[in-house]
Amino acid sequence: MGVKFENVTKMYPGARPAVNDLSLEVQSGELMVLIGPSGCGKTTTLRMINRLEEPTGGTISIDGRDIESYDPIQLRRGIGYAIQQTGLLPHMTVEQNIELVPKLLKWDEKRRHERTRELLEMVAMDYGTFAHRYPRQLSGGQQQRVGVLRALATDPPVILMDEPFGALDPLSREVLQTELKRLQAKLQKTIVFVTHDIDEAMRLGDRIAILRDGQLLQVGTPDELIRTPQDDFIAKFIGRFLVLSKAPVDSVQQFMQTVAVRIQRELPQGGRIVQIADVPLWFWIDDEGVLQGVAGEVPEGADQWNSVNWTNGDAVCVRETDSPDEVFGRLADEEAEALPVVDEGHRLVGIVTRRSAIRTLSGALRRVEA
Amino acid sequence: MSWLADFWSTYGSQILPALGQHLILVGVALASGIIVAVPLGIILTRFPRWSSPIIAVVSIIQTIPSLVFFALLIPIIGIGLQPALLVLFLYSLLPILRNTYIGVRSVDPTLLDASRGQGMTSWEILYMVELPLSAPIIVAGIRLAAIYLVSWATIAALIGAGGLGDLIFSGIDSENTNLLLAGAIPTAFLALIIGFVFGQVRRLVTPRGLRAEVVTKRDLRTEVVVG
Amino acid sequence: MNLSDVGLLTLEHLELVIVGTFFGGLAGFLLAIWVRRRPRWAASFLGLAEVIQTIPGIALLAFLLLALGLGNPPVYVALALYAILPVLSNTYEGLQGVDPVYLAIGKGMGMTPGQIFRQIELPIAFPVILAGLRVALVTSIGIATIGVFVGGGGLGVLIFRGLQTIDIQTMLAGAIPAALLAIVLEVGLSLLERRLARATASK
Repeated sequence: MGVKFENVTKMYPGARPAVNDLSLEVQSGELMVLIGPSGCGKTTTLRMINRLEEPTGGTISIDGRDIESYDPIQLRRGIGYAIQQTGLLPHMTVEQNIELVPKLLKWDEKRRHERTRELLEMVAMDYGTFAHRYPRQLSGGQQQRVGVLRALATDPPVILMDEPFGALDPLSREVLQTELKRLQAKLQKTIVFVTHDIDEAMRLGDRIAILRDGQLLQVGTPDELIRTPQDDFIAKFIGRFLVLSKAPVDSVQQFMQTVAVRIQRELPQGGRIVQIADVPLWFWIDDEGVLQGVAGEVPEGADQWNSVNWTNGDAVCVRETDSPDEVFGRLADEEAEALPVVDEGHRLVGIVTRRSAIRTLSGALRRVEA
Repeated sequence: MSWLADFWSTYGSQILPALGQHLILVGVALASGIIVAVPLGIILTRFPRWSSPIIAVVSIIQTIPSLVFFALLIPIIGIGLQPALLVLFLYSLLPILRNTYIGVRSVDPTLLDASRGQGMTSWEILYMVELPLSAPIIVAGIRLAAIYLVSWATIAALIGAGGLGDLIFSGIDSENTNLLLAGAIPTAFLALIIGFVFGQVRRLVTPRGLRAEVVTKRDLRTEVVVG
Repeated sequence: MNLSDVGLLTLEHLELVIVGTFFGGLAGFLLAIWVRRRPRWAASFLGLAEVIQTIPGIALLAFLLLALGLGNPPVYVALALYAILPVLSNTYEGLQGVDPVYLAIGKGMGMTPGQIFRQIELPIAFPVILAGLRVALVTSIGIATIGVFVGGGGLGVLIFRGLQTIDIQTMLAGAIPAALLAIVLEVGLSLLERRLARATASK
């Protein structure tokens, strides 16, 4: 179910085109990121796919069929739509929000119920705890997850996402990005994803399309863009990724690991316990992402987290602005296998491990010698 | 206490029919007001440019004192129950119309966008999103209209529509304190009870997900609803 | 009945309205200032004022008639009582609605609480307070027309006389000026409010 733009234009009366002669093909099963500076037309482009905006010129087709040939309502029910503000209906529970379109499509209750359970499980949210809560009782990250689940409710082949993680704290954003990648690997949906965050684009995109002033500048895989940026603007846009691949180790972020962030447990009183990269360390963070404590062991029962000996996060953490030298030193001296990395707001952004440090250093050595 | 029993035996036979008549006046006017003003309010939200002039016109009607309005219309529509109902109906429009318009307009636009994006039709959005979320404000408008109708209906007695106003005016005329009270007290109580009942209705229609917010909002008085 | 009669009655009507609304409005205003730091008192007074407001005009006039006798006194008191809620409610909400940023600025500049109140809070809340006063005034015009039934004066006299004697001309002679008074006050004060709101916003 690929999405194809052919010479698509969107004009508003009395202004320059929001989207100008755009031709782009999104392959079936790929996650295509649309990125560019403010006003570049990425959101308008996205919204033309489900006809929330109608193109003034050109054709958009899904799986070879012109979207104009569909009834807009039916079209939208077959496409998932997730936005930054979530748009979760505040007067409906999580379950009611998720099963909204299935209900409109007249699925029977049993099927809707099963689907909701299935979806909540996919993102480690316990049905019993969350299904009957209202959106205002959820944290930002939880709300966004529900927003994404809602988009997936009818198992649509195409999903549109408009800066869905933009309003979250750094760690929640990491967590959700990881989850999205995991879901995508499993479900193989065609996803068109709008963002203004180049880090996010690089992490998530199978391919990235860079737009500016309504026009497509370049489209390619993250690697392609780094190796062969078409012009100065794009080179500057990609910025630190270029720098990173060439310079020796000068930033903690280069060997900080953020992969495989797993949520061990969502705490009913707020906050959660996470684990990163399968390292045997568990971190307790609150709803803002601020690190509260570190523990080296899992308690006996799943609910015994309160009894665990939490080490104060301040004592053992490393700041992302610390110099790599300092961090290497601490990794060498201290007992711990890994150290948590926090930003200036004391929010957890990743971990550094001895292994990742060594690997990065040897890579840097090789580059310096070359 | 025996005073109460005496009172009731003397005036009870007058109070009940007057109360019944009063309820008819209020009830019919309110019902027809709701039937016209709520859909009209919803329609106005689809055509916001028409809203200012229309609401302005209805406001002007509202500004005119009720006695004056009755007086002005007598030459045209005469006296009796039906003309009274017409006037009461017209008066009930503004609070309901205005609140419906404001309530529906105040629904967060991103909710509407997300709902459209998921494939809800305009009708589905109206029934499942806009109306549930604006119900508290709409009911607040209906409540106001109902309370004021009790008041306006007392004046309607002057043009032969009956109701508790009859007792009050007769009481004043004949300097009969008891008769006057027989009219005034039920009228006051009726208004208070109706106010309370609709207040409860408002609480009932407030969606559970929103309870915390709505209760703390107060209604600013920026529009005149005249006695 | 001639023009000067109408004129006199109009003046009497205005006098009733202005005096009654003034006292009621003043009471509402002072009450609001007194309770603005005491939300529970505020809630009680607002509740009480709402109850008074809910009582239909003719009923309240009837009760006051029993207490004060025929004539203008019950009308004055009724008008004052009805003026309390709009002014109280709007003054209270208006003051609460002043952005705390401005208060912080005032404090930072070294202003006393009294100065902050007079020079920051009141001017900002003024359009809203004025709206409350407007509602009170226009409502009063209406209540005052009913004053005739408890022996009061004003344009209601003409209306009622016209109704009783089925003399349309007399009736209109009372009704039209009353309607005009209401409309002119409503529109005029609304425009004033709008102009003031714009002025304070741009500050």
